[in-house]
Order: sequence, then structure tokens, then C-alpha cells
Amino acid sequence: MLTKRIIPCLDIKDGRTVKGINFVNLRDAGDPVELASAYAEQGADELVFLDISATQEERKTLSKLVKEIALHINIPFTVGGGISSVHDVAPLLEAGADKVSVNSSAVRKPELIDDLSRAFGAQCIVLAVDARKIDNAWIVHTHGGKNPTEKKLFSWVKEGQERGAGEILFTSMNHDGTKNGYAIDPLSKLYELLTIPVIASGGAGTMGHFADVFTLGKADAALAASVFHFGEIKIPELKQFLSKHQIPVRL
Amino acid sequence: MKVAIIKYNAGNIQSVSYALERLNITYHITDKSEEILSAEKVIFPGVGEASTTMKYLKDKRLDDVIRNLKQPVLGICLGMQLMCTHSEENDTPCLGIFNENVLQFKPDKNFKVPHMGWNQLTLTNGWLNPILENKEFYFVHSYYVPVNPFTSAICQYSVPFSAAMKKDNFYAVQFHPEKSARAGEQVLLDFLKLS
Repeated sequence: MLTKRIIPCLDIKDGRTVKGINFVNLRDAGDPVELASAYAEQGADELVFLDISATQEERKTLSKLVKEIALHINIPFTVGGGISSVHDVAPLLEAGADKVSVNSSAVRKPELIDDLSRAFGAQCIVLAVDARKIDNAWIVHTHGGKNPTEKKLFSWVKEGQERGAGEILFTSMNHDGTKNGYAIDPLSKLYELLTIPVIASGGAGTMGHFADVFTLGKADAALAASVFHFGEIKIPELKQFLSKHQIPVRL
Repeated sequence: MKVAIIKYNAGNIQSVSYALERLNITYHITDKSEEILSAEKVIFPGVGEASTTMKYLKDKRLDDVIRNLKQPVLGICLGMQLMCTHSEENDTPCLGIFNENVLQFKPDKNFKVPHMGWNQLTLTNGWLNPILENKEFYFVHSYYVPVNPFTSAICQYSVPFSAAMKKDNFYAVQFHPEKSARAGEQVLLDFLKLS
């Protein structure tokens, strides 16, 4: 049986992990390669690296970092942040990334999804969508959640699937950072709507939240950052917990 | 040991070579037929689309080279599919090493396509290490080879399909050993130990 995936997410700026990481047994918590290797050893199923570097100058370090990660870790990983063209993606995949995620640039220019999917295959194109529920509608936001757009979550992800995205990474801005659990309702709607896999993001606080996102939210994968980085939830224990609750995971 | 990784427009050549580096195995990436022919082991990777890849192999005359290899050859993912007779992906005639057809998964909300993630193997007759029984491997694919007499491991999705195959000196896996953590490394090491 296909197992549910657990995906730690690392924010990268200028080649280093940021956002305060307090990870056991690491001398230098800012080194993405060291952190990634530790997660792979603990049983993470995939990793997501989000480059939040603001300037092009800072971004130049990214493909070098991707190569370092690819050399050292033996599980798949996705790289996202600031990707806006076929030209941006090629060096990342060549350096060893398995997938790339696009967000704001795809909202601005939806044909980007078609172009990337045609050039590299649907399996390596992740459409990341940040949405906030406002007056009963899930409004897509761009630029790290700063800018509301005209797009609605459900029609946008459906369009993304039709344009050739291979996977959806949905972050509920209402839930992100709350540690009160994932956005179960929209996730279960995404399950009804889509035939490509869905990664749930935003709200993980307890192991029970992960169980809920798979059973009630019917997500294919669950992404989280701080609960893993600060050791509040340890991946081996999480997987044992999920397995005890009859959720298929790789142990 | 001389290990050749066949160089063509496949997306995972780097990943396969990095996996060998982690295992301290020397290799060279080559599209020269004499180098491929003289290698002790040949790895035929593959991520991409079937018809463009077959065209590329034919243009480089690598199709005949691969078909006529006598040493152990390992096809990975698209590499395994291209070893079959025909693929439904853009109606593509393939290498014909395994007399099987590659079919497309039918998308469904319960069985998303691509089949993406970690799934278990059931070993049949075959060359895979018995310690890998029920272990999970990383898959990402939208096309599959049905279970057939060459199948050496079965994976269950919307239909059961061939996770691994073997015929004479040709070995093939649908999953990505280079991305399948320790279990994947075991497959690569076992393949490289074959004689």
C-alpha cells in the first residue's frame, strides 16, 4: 500500500537554514545539508527546501546548495522559492533536485505550469498554494501570503492540475503557525476534487493532528517545520503513532 | 569495478551517480558504445517522456548497444519501461528486451496519478535481496508494466504492477533505488555484486 508521507520543510536564506532551528545533536543548526541528513536518517519521506532569499545575488548560492544536498541525502527533495521560468528550473534539476515548487509566479502567469510540465514532466512540478479563508471563500495569496489575489483555492488547484502540475502543496494561512491542527475541511474537498497528490501544510502541533490530516483530511502527505525543528515531535515516534492508528507509513 | 551509467537526456543521471558516490563506487557517465560495452556493470537510468527519450537513444544508436549488452544491466524507472516492447506514453515502440507493454494508470481520487511516494514490495522469484520483502521504496510514475513472467517484485496500487523484473542479464526496477534510503542502497549494492 502507498504510505502517507511526512515532509519536514526547511527555510533557506543565502545558503543557510533560518527561522530558529533547535535540533538535537547538531553542532551547527544552520547547515541545511547536516539538517537534511539528520531528517533522512530519522525516516523523513521527503524534504522541502524553500529559498526565501530576497535578492538574485543571494539566490546564486542555491544550485550549489542543491548539489550538496543531492550528494548527501538518499531521499527525494523539492526546492521552491522565487522560481519564475524554465530557465530557473533547469539548473536546480540538473543539480539534483527531484521537484520544484512554484507559487506566486504561477498565479501571475499560469502558463508557467504548462511550460514547466512540458519541459520537465508533471512529476517534478509542485504547485504551492497559500490560501486564507475570508468570508467563506478560500482566497489565494502570493508573495509569502502578503498579497491577496482574485483566485480562489478550488478553481486554481483544478486549473493547476489541468495545466500539468504533478502535485499540490496547500498551506492554510488561517492555520499556519497556530499549532491547532491542519485545515481539514478544505483538504477533504481537495481530495474529492483532484486526481494528483496533495501535501497538507500549516497547523501541525501534535501527533494527533497528523493522524487527522491523513484520516479526515485525506491528504497524501503532511508538511511541517517548527514541530520538527524544535524536536517537539520526533519523526520515528510520529510514525509509530500513526502506524498504531492504522495509517500506512514507512517505518 | 567498471560501472557505466548510460548518458542520455534522463533526468536522474545525477541522482544515480550521487548514490554511487555515497556508496564509494566509482563510475563513469558515458554515451560511447565502446565504454558501455567494456563496462562490468551498466546502469540505464531514466526520468522523462518515453518518445523523446527513445528518439534520443536511436539518434545516438544507443538502442542497439543496450539491446545487445551481455553484462548485468540495471534499468531504472523510465529505463525499465523503455526495456519493454511498447509504451502507451505517446504510443512509443521501445527496446523490446522484455516482451511486455507499458500501460497508463487511470487517475482516480483514491489512486492519484502519478503514483508518487513510498510503497511496499512483495518479492516473487527474483534477484532482490530477501531482506527487502515488504520494505518501502520511492516510486514516481504514471505508467506501469503489468505483472508478467519476468516480474521479480510486485507492488500494489490501483492494480498490481511490476516493481522489478529480470530476464537473462537484464535487471530492472520501477522504483528509484537512488532515492529509496537504505533499502534502495541495498538494491544497488546487490546489483553491483552480480556476476
